[in-house]
Amino acid sequence: MHIPDGYLGPVTYGGLWAAMAPVWLYASRQMRKTLQAVQVPLLALSAAFSFVVMMFNVPIPGGTTGHATGATLVAILIGPWAAVIAVSIALAIQALVFGDGGITALGANCFNMAFAEVLVGYAVFRLIAGRRGAAASKGKRFLIGGAVGSYAGINFAAFLTALELGVQPLLYVGQDGRPLYCPFPLKLTIPAIMLEHVFLFGVVEALVTVFVLLYLRRSHPDLLEGRS
Amino acid sequence: MTKEGINYRKLWIWIAVLIVLAPLGLLLPRLFKSGGAWGEWGADELKDIAGYVPAGLKRISELWTAPIKDYAFTGWDKGGKSYVAYIVSGIVGVAMVAAVSYVLGKILKKK
Repeated sequence: MHIPDGYLGPVTYGGLWAAMAPVWLYASRQMRKTLQAVQVPLLALSAAFSFVVMMFNVPIPGGTTGHATGATLVAILIGPWAAVIAVSIALAIQALVFGDGGITALGANCFNMAFAEVLVGYAVFRLIAGRRGAAASKGKRFLIGGAVGSYAGINFAAFLTALELGVQPLLYVGQDGRPLYCPFPLKLTIPAIMLEHVFLFGVVEALVTVFVLLYLRRSHPDLLEGRS
Repeated sequence: MTKEGINYRKLWIWIAVLIVLAPLGLLLPRLFKSGGAWGEWGADELKDIAGYVPAGLKRISELWTAPIKDYAFTGWDKGGKSYVAYIVSGIVGVAMVAAVSYVLGKILKKK
């Protein structure tokens, strides 16, 4: 889901950078209002987890690979706006240092995975898990919310990615009639990216989220009670 | 230990365990003969898949070359060495991500 440089034309990547600017600004303001000093180490830990979990490429035999993002889990742990920043930092380091996702495409990748995925995942989680509080994190709905939320979040991000890639041949065609950037049309990008996320990578995301929540509930219950 | 007594040390040990296990994310796709992620192909691979490299794509894709491209060092991208490079990349990446978010968290925390 990390769009490389060159797959998106200037208007698309520029537009998505422009869309992320107010999101980062708003997220920073929300952090100033809500992020407690004791949560700062957890912010660093969450961003680190998101980075490392994305290194675990899951193979489709003979096909492609994909991975979980941890985005919804991070939102459950530190709140959605801090999660926007945490996942954005992980994506920025991936792009700058490791060439995983492009620099021009960083706005798009942050829009998909650090903004849309985080907010959709967290909203669905909250809808199912109910109100915050010590009691809420002990119930079954808390885990179901984590599973369904993270599954919905990653699939929403996958859909946006497919959309952004698939519209490129409509937007940019060279003088020879061939696409200038991503050459694959919507009817190819949507099934290719959605099927693998609906049936495999989304399930992996849900499993990772539930597994970590289960572990934290046993080992660090205090960590979940404050926020969730 | 923090002021509220949450012990993060154990969780950082888990991050370290994940870094050491990360080469599974390289090994398993190789075992199952899987390629890269869909739509993340480089210009060379794209030539095989689409039959040509779109002109704009080629130009923009050459703008930035990452220092540790694809979590590997030059000459360390195959066999056993690639797994070592992957772990080193994990250490470098986690350290950078944690440091940036820690500093930003300190700046943006509630006053």
